[in-house]
Amino acid sequence: MYPEQFEYQRPSSVSEAIGLLTANPDAKIIAGGHSLLPAMKMRLAAPAALVDIARIPELKGISASGDGATIGAGATYRELMDDAALAAAYPVVAETCDKVGDPAVRSRGTLGGSLAHVDPAADLTAVMLALGASVTATGPNGARTIGIDDLFVGLLTTTLEPDEIITSISLPASSAGTKQAYEKHSHPASGYAVAGVAVALQVDGTTCTSARIGVTGAPEYAMRATAAEDALVGKELTAETIAAAAEKATEGLGELNGDVYASAEYRAHLVKVLTRRALTRAAL
Amino acid sequence: MSTVSVTITVNGKTQTAEVEPRTLLVQYLRDNLGLTGTHTGCDTSQCGACTVLVDGVSAKSCTVLAVQADGSSVTTIEGFAPFGTLHPIQQAFWEEHGLQCGYCTPGMIMTTASLLARNPDPTEEEIRHELHGNLCRCTGYHTIVNAVRKSAELLASGAEPAPIDQVAGN
Repeated sequence: MYPEQFEYQRPSSVSEAIGLLTANPDAKIIAGGHSLLPAMKMRLAAPAALVDIARIPELKGISASGDGATIGAGATYRELMDDAALAAAYPVVAETCDKVGDPAVRSRGTLGGSLAHVDPAADLTAVMLALGASVTATGPNGARTIGIDDLFVGLLTTTLEPDEIITSISLPASSAGTKQAYEKHSHPASGYAVAGVAVALQVDGTTCTSARIGVTGAPEYAMRATAAEDALVGKELTAETIAAAAEKATEGLGELNGDVYASAEYRAHLVKVLTRRALTRAAL
Repeated sequence: MSTVSVTITVNGKTQTAEVEPRTLLVQYLRDNLGLTGTHTGCDTSQCGACTVLVDGVSAKSCTVLAVQADGSSVTTIEGFAPFGTLHPIQQAFWEEHGLQCGYCTPGMIMTTASLLARNPDPTEEEIRHELHGNLCRCTGYHTIVNAVRKSAELLASGAEPAPIDQVAGN
């Protein structure tokens, strides 16, 4: 299988890349290409041009500490897994990356690409929701910050403008060192998340003071399970309070995905079970 | 449609070619260079038969454009050891019967090389996890896992590529 014909462009800077996108509305960005190329080979996508940003130095690099993290959008899953400072402050990132695809995929796929593509079965989307990330997007009018809660708006759809590029992802100090976990039910063939739940909890003693829960795979796009979050805040974290919160994990997620492998009802069940497991592993 | 110029060092030999941008790395290797040791299996980045090393790291060449590898060094099974010899990883696959039909084997060997470069002494659990992206429909994986372990041991002992007739069945 091979894609339809396209022009190939390899800019050396973000500003050059934006210029190419502005000049050609039918151009698409390629970084790792592990979502886009399969879609192009299946002829589900046929961009007129590919703007290859994989080698732009500005998009590389990870700096992390207990005071927050800034991750270049071009950081691969492998690079995220190998960064010791990131793993110390935000261990759920490396944990999740190790559950993405396979080693060859992890060496090429990028965090920025995952967030911009918003595959409904992506993993890092849920994790970034749980950690309260924000992205910096740069376009012809400069850079702006988009909170992760305002980034995903639909199936494969974000609030990014067509000529904007995610240049970096920031993780806040408030989620560094929180109790974190990601639980996933993988499709047995593809490895994609049939359902996945990421949690990040702040605790004072054993009392939950803040909870963020991101759900992927089951909803139309990655969303927060706010009813379950609300059920935890101010509570002692026990098996009982966790189980009660997990029962609310599908509230507000809208109509869930269903397919030949997993019905919407089954995915709803999975979301509750995975929420309970993630909360339990993170907190108890 | 225009073409692009790509310069890729394949198995140590630097070559420049004009290709369509849509040319996949696996097509370039097989059709342009005649290196058919890299197999096309599923063609959807799941089976791993097309795995090669790009700058020493495993990549599924059905999901990489040749032009994305421009400037890179690519290793295929043909260049894995000098002609007429078997690399220690190949020796291990032979000795542990890590293949039956052999279709997945080049990809398995590339993934093994990439794994052992990063983790020279993997546990069985780590090996099974790292082989997740390489499918074998013959062996049931057990002998492949043994072959990866044997590869690690051979490499740790300083083994070198050896002439085939000194390895095979001897």
